Amino acid sequence: MTLVFFAALLMLIGTAYLVGRSRGFAFAGEGTAHSRPAYHGAFLAIALLAPMLAVYLIGTPLADRFVETRALSGLPSAITGDELQRSAALREIVSYADGQLAGSPSPEIKAAGERYASDRATAGWSILLGSIGLGLLAALLAFRALSPDFRARNQVERFVKLLLILSATIAILTTVGIVFSVLFESARFFQRVPVLDFLFGTQWSPQTAIREDQVGSSGAFGIIPLVAGTLLITLIAMLVAGPIGLFSAIYMAEYASPRFRAFAKPLLEILAGIPTVVLGFFAALTVAPLIRGFGESLGLSVASESALAAGLVMGMMIIPFVSSLSDDVITAVPQSLRDGSLAMGATHSETIKRVVLPAALPGIVSAMMLAISRAVGETMIVVMAAGLAANLTFNPLEAVTTFTVQIKTILVGDQEFDSAKTLAAFALGLVLFLFTLTLNVIALTIARRYREQYD
Amino acid sequence: MDMKVMTATSGNGTDATLAPKILARDVNVHYGEKHALKEVNVDIPQRSVMAFIGPSGCGKSTFLRCINRMNDTISIAKVTGSITIDGSDIHDPALDVVQLRARVGMVFQKPNPFPKSIYENVAYGPRIHGLASGKDELDEIVTTSLKKAGLIAEVKDRLGDSGTSLSGGQQQRLCIARAIAVGPEVILMDEPCSSLDPIATARIEELIDELRANYTIIIVTHSMQQAARVSQRTAFFHLGHLVEEGETADIFTNPFDKRTQDYITGRFG
Amino acid sequence: MTEIFSIEKAPATAERNAFVAARIAQRYRSERLFRFFGLAAVAVTAAFVVILLTDILIRGIPAFTQHRLALDVAVPADVLPAGTEASTDVLRSVDFAKIVRESLRGAFPDVSERKRRKALDGLLSSGAGDELRRRVLADPSLIGGTVSLSAPLSADADLQLKSGSSGIERKLGTGTASLSGPAGKVSVTSTAEDFSAAAQLVRAAIERQKDRLATEVTRLEQLLPQTVGEERQGLDQKIADLKQRVASYGTRLSAAGGDIDLDSSTPTVLVALGDAWIKAERVTPRSIAGATLVPSSSTAPAAPGAWRMLVIETPESNRTTSDQEIAWLESLAAENRVSRHFNWQFFTSGDSREPELAGIRGALIGSILTLLVTLALCLPIGVAAAVYLEEFAPKNRLTDIIEVNINNLAAVPSIVFGLLGLAVFLNFFGLPRSAPLVGGLVLALLVLPTIIIASRAALKAVPPSIKEAALGVGASHQQAVFHHVLPLALPGIMTGTIIGMAHALGETAPLLMIGMVAFIVEVPDGLTSAATALPVQIYLWSDLPEVAFQSKTAAAIIVLLGVLFVMNGAAIYLRRRFERRW
Repeated sequence: MTLVFFAALLMLIGTAYLVGRSRGFAFAGEGTAHSRPAYHGAFLAIALLAPMLAVYLIGTPLADRFVETRALSGLPSAITGDELQRSAALREIVSYADGQLAGSPSPEIKAAGERYASDRATAGWSILLGSIGLGLLAALLAFRALSPDFRARNQVERFVKLLLILSATIAILTTVGIVFSVLFESARFFQRVPVLDFLFGTQWSPQTAIREDQVGSSGAFGIIPLVAGTLLITLIAMLVAGPIGLFSAIYMAEYASPRFRAFAKPLLEILAGIPTVVLGFFAALTVAPLIRGFGESLGLSVASESALAAGLVMGMMIIPFVSSLSDDVITAVPQSLRDGSLAMGATHSETIKRVVLPAALPGIVSAMMLAISRAVGETMIVVMAAGLAANLTFNPLEAVTTFTVQIKTILVGDQEFDSAKTLAAFALGLVLFLFTLTLNVIALTIARRYREQYD
Repeated sequence: MDMKVMTATSGNGTDATLAPKILARDVNVHYGEKHALKEVNVDIPQRSVMAFIGPSGCGKSTFLRCINRMNDTISIAKVTGSITIDGSDIHDPALDVVQLRARVGMVFQKPNPFPKSIYENVAYGPRIHGLASGKDELDEIVTTSLKKAGLIAEVKDRLGDSGTSLSGGQQQRLCIARAIAVGPEVILMDEPCSSLDPIATARIEELIDELRANYTIIIVTHSMQQAARVSQRTAFFHLGHLVEEGETADIFTNPFDKRTQDYITGRFG
Repeated sequence: MTEIFSIEKAPATAERNAFVAARIAQRYRSERLFRFFGLAAVAVTAAFVVILLTDILIRGIPAFTQHRLALDVAVPADVLPAGTEASTDVLRSVDFAKIVRESLRGAFPDVSERKRRKALDGLLSSGAGDELRRRVLADPSLIGGTVSLSAPLSADADLQLKSGSSGIERKLGTGTASLSGPAGKVSVTSTAEDFSAAAQLVRAAIERQKDRLATEVTRLEQLLPQTVGEERQGLDQKIADLKQRVASYGTRLSAAGGDIDLDSSTPTVLVALGDAWIKAERVTPRSIAGATLVPSSSTAPAAPGAWRMLVIETPESNRTTSDQEIAWLESLAAENRVSRHFNWQFFTSGDSREPELAGIRGALIGSILTLLVTLALCLPIGVAAAVYLEEFAPKNRLTDIIEVNINNLAAVPSIVFGLLGLAVFLNFFGLPRSAPLVGGLVLALLVLPTIIIASRAALKAVPPSIKEAALGVGASHQQAVFHHVLPLALPGIMTGTIIGMAHALGETAPLLMIGMVAFIVEVPDGLTSAATALPVQIYLWSDLPEVAFQSKTAAAIIVLLGVLFVMNGAAIYLRRRFERRW
């Protein structure tokens, strides 16, 4: 049915465009028409397209719901009452209607399947005919509006502008979608687990919640160990990426010859382009065993999934990020300040340390905050190289877990809907989102002010 | 105002103060392919103001930047010839560029105070060069320098404020104070008033006239009136050549070269 | 005013110069140090990139080849059930794997014991039967005849062959060696002291092992005072066991005449003589005593250089391949029946539980389908949004919010987009799990900010004079933008889009959230069929315990990085080719 609809749509639009255009040519032949023929054609096509699509997009889901309800109405309430059985029955009905059901269905299913098939056909045809009818009506009205004085171009441009505005608002819709998707599920989670227990509990063991009697039992959903683990890994990552990223940015912006830059810039870009899953593989299979071996040769006990390994590799991941942001910021410091310092007899490094870096400080702070936000939200490296055990520790040689690891662990694989455990993932997502959002907003505000200062 | 400075200028221009401080011989500058400065020879006298004038792109700023080797910061710039200050060559490997710049201060076209406090701006030079042995000494250097730059009255109650919070003219005097704080012998000024209003300009010009008692000052300016007001000697640059150099009064009243005459009378510029 | 005239004193030039000179050396030292730090930071980053890529290449390159065994397989005439034709369905029910196994058993007729037979069968991949089935299906006349089959080996056997000489020392005999019997317990005696080096190596290994155990005993004994009760008993027992092993190693080492006994905890010594393979149980300088792993067809003495020995340092108990399997593989290799081929299967098949059969085709197609959806959504929406914001949007609060919003979205963790996909597309709209359609939707939202930002930058770079010229000849604002500004910004937009797509291709976390993480053997055939993506496949394989999958993972990474480099290269080319300075 979908195929038929879109074929009809394309055909009708094409026809409408041609009709409108030939009308436009006729106007042009008569003398001074306001708009060029193509705009008349486009106007007619849009007049047809908009109602047709609207009917189809609104009608189809409604009809589906209606057809399903009618198909299920004949089944015993024992089946329709239970969510799982209901959807299983529905699947059976649909595949029966499609003629793909293997085995012999029960008479109820058979009856429902037949009803479903005929209803579906009726609904499909009525939507198709309805949309075509409405589209043609609209096109007819539009056609009657066409005249040499008709401002077809303005109408078409209004429509195009509407499309542009809609596209621009997708970004807002995405944010709204994110907020709502995590907020709703989190709200349901907090009905079962008190917010304070969640925020200040020192025990994290969502597994216990699988058993019915323990759902929402106190203490199992405390995020303090996750906060500690996330911060520990982020701290290690920033200890690596902060100095190395900043120093390489300084070197690239202040000292490097163009030839050196031509070699080093692509190198940083390569690192920036390496997917994190690759870095995670490297962390888990190469770095972690190295650290473990090295630690054990010193007589230290090192977990095979130590925070150090994940943190180090994550730091490496962030270097190009810190470096390129800081590079931009340092280059934005006006040359006149450097000249002023150099002219007083300061050495290059004195100029950098005492004039350039202090002047670039807000920008660098903003870069570091964005880097922290990225480290906190990074998933694959920690999923592959950090552990699952929610240890409350600041020992980098032990295994710790993070927000992202827990979200991934809870939501990948078999999940029960509506269990506190599943909902907890969304609550973690909410905290993660709010934390990174705050960091980003502050960082972007600082960066904006900084840019305005030197623009 | 103009008249007063002019009379002061001619009155102070005795031969004793005009002993040469800086000698430039056969100075050439190339920016990559471009030959920006050609065979410049000039003697710059001690404790006086010398003005470089000429149309834009004539090489006057380029030559100024040679004197404290600021052209070193431009990788494609190549300087040949010799420039000596008190008889020592500024390209002598034994003389470090850092030491040179401590002796030859510079003030730029656009005021460029560091985004730090007024105090820190002035204390910057003494700090990096280790000129003050304690807080008291540093305080004194800062106060003296601000005094010499004629800024102390305006800022003495707000030394902690940011240097960028001052007005344009004040910023430029702060930059002069910053240069003075290191105790240079020579101060180079690259169109120091070009971004200032007339009142602030007059203030700076007065200051230059006062400073000349203790410093050798070289000022690049595109304003002939300014050159006439503040300088004892003037050099006219054109297309990378130093066309003519002499007593300011002579240059303006009785130029030797046709090009100088045309420039002064406004045929081009 | 008055202050200015109060200057009396000239600057203390000499004093100042002395101060400056005093500190100059130290200041230049710190200058060099600072500069060095900068260079070191770049060097560390470069080293990391090089180490990372080298590590991946070293791990992954072997997976692009595969060892195959040349077998002449006799397909029995009665292979098909009576009265059936050679069709796909019929052939599917035939156990071709068994036929191939029988053929391999033919090469080692002495293998009769069940356990050894299983081990021999295990050398072949379970895909060997499929290979034969394909051949027979293509040419049913092969039934009843002999097929020269190039059968894939199992992952363990393949790995053993690939590891080749590492950890294995091969030596030709220098004396004439004679074998005491064709099979069973035998001894090999050489006229030269050919075995003393091997004996020494074994000895050294035992000594190291003994030392290690002794250290462990000391360590455990130090723990003794801290433990009580049951734990204490367990520890005591453990210490006693260890001590006994240390003692047994001691007696072995002190045996007379330089003899040394071998077992599965010591290095292995194998001797190949004629077509026989003997595993040493006792080594003396001139002879070994042991059992045959592959029996001999003759007991004729072998001349110097005509026989050889293998010393394998890793004890058998620490290896995945047993001595017996190594002997079989070496013996097959000696007959030139094992060869290394490019592993096409890696690119033509889907996922599998067997490392040697697993391929990335499914994941690759999944990624392509996902990216198609992403591109189809992202490019028009991103460009439209950029055009609106850059050219038409009034400067008001709403536009401001959209701008801030886009910049923020670019920094939201990718896993949060996964949560959005799960909650909105799967749970709310009821779209199918694991589908490229949903993956593409989520990735589109993820890279949309990148594309909008890049497109805006490209639009901004077009000088306003172009637009003004168009407006000046009477074009409408939209005509000016769509006819003149947008085409000029297109190279920049394409560059941004390619970079955004490369980003999407490497993204893993959001795809995990929407279930593109299942074990899927079939190659996806549509936007709504279950699929996985290349980075997800990498994640899945990296999690598997088999060593062979590590190599596969690295190989998949090489493919992924290769595609990414090509995409980024294209972006750089576009930028260079069409870059225009206004």
